[in-house]
Amino acid sequence: MNEQLLEAADDELVVGWRDSEWTGIAPLLEEDVAFSSIAQNEIGHARALYELAARDLGTTADELAFDRAPGEYRCSTLVALRLVPDWARTIARRYLYEQADERRLAALKASDDPEVAGLAAKIDREEAYHRMHAQMWFDRLQDEPRFLEALEKLRPLVDDRGEQPPGLAELWEEMTSVRRSVAGATW
Amino acid sequence: MVTAAEVWDALAEIPDPEIPVVSLVDLGVVRDVDVQEGRVRVDFTPTFLGCPALEVMRDAMAERLRALGVEPEIRVRNDDAWSTDRITPEGREKLRAAGFAPPAPRAAGAPTLVELRSAVFRCPYCGSTDTRLENMFGPTPCRSLRYCASCRQPFEQFKTL
Repeated sequence: MNEQLLEAADDELVVGWRDSEWTGIAPLLEEDVAFSSIAQNEIGHARALYELAARDLGTTADELAFDRAPGEYRCSTLVALRLVPDWARTIARRYLYEQADERRLAALKASDDPEVAGLAAKIDREEAYHRMHAQMWFDRLQDEPRFLEALEKLRPLVDDRGEQPPGLAELWEEMTSVRRSVAGATW
Repeated sequence: MVTAAEVWDALAEIPDPEIPVVSLVDLGVVRDVDVQEGRVRVDFTPTFLGCPALEVMRDAMAERLRALGVEPEIRVRNDDAWSTDRITPEGREKLRAAGFAPPAPRAAGAPTLVELRSAVFRCPYCGSTDTRLENMFGPTPCRSLRYCASCRQPFEQFKTL
């Protein structure tokens, strides 16, 4: 179960970081707000999932999120890619990611562990808004060749968790730089 | 000896950090209070898990209860038993008066785009339902932005959860 929780948490943390890269530079002001809010919520989901995993593993959410080596993350290649400033690919990722996340949450909701099932149900309620946002953009771009090409290219990466994903090492440097730079600090 | 009623009263004085017109008790995020021999346990559920005010709320509750002379345990419960239907009638009225449209009741299934785009949401300023969805997302995860075509006023709509 901890494997599944960590996989979900790593995906949510990393997709949250990648979505937050649009803050201030999205093509529409509305999307600045939307991407910032979605990113914040995904990272909140990561925190709750890490907290649940941390309890069994005898560690903390922060240590799981930021004190592992890049090679230890279980996130997919899809979420680790740096996609700014490509809006078509970014929307394609949001769409594909939310579909995959919905399937994963359905499985976690059926867990025998009431804490896992309860958390998954709460996250799923919140993700409904992310899914509607993705659907809205899908409806808008579904006839655009660039968007369709992006969907086709990114689709195989949804469940690609083999090797360390390209882009993750650089992202890990950014995510953990402040934490690592101040030895002994308690945040 | 502190009673559960005194704990509830104390928690009802703590404003929500993001929308201070309502208290944590108005918001319904305090789910349970258990008092036993000088120890107080408070069960609490955040609105959205991405809520930036989660720690602030937890610390504010702990501080307020220590002022009552008890050692609090604030237990965060992340499950689906809480919903925006738990916002009290007083809380809903305070939200409306401050320009935040209270959330629609939770349905069995997930909300849909068709619903959010429909004209059933009432403007908190003039009461008209001639309103439209501007952005599903707003300044915090729990809010979306709508526009009232009747009084030409944008307003924030509390999301249903």
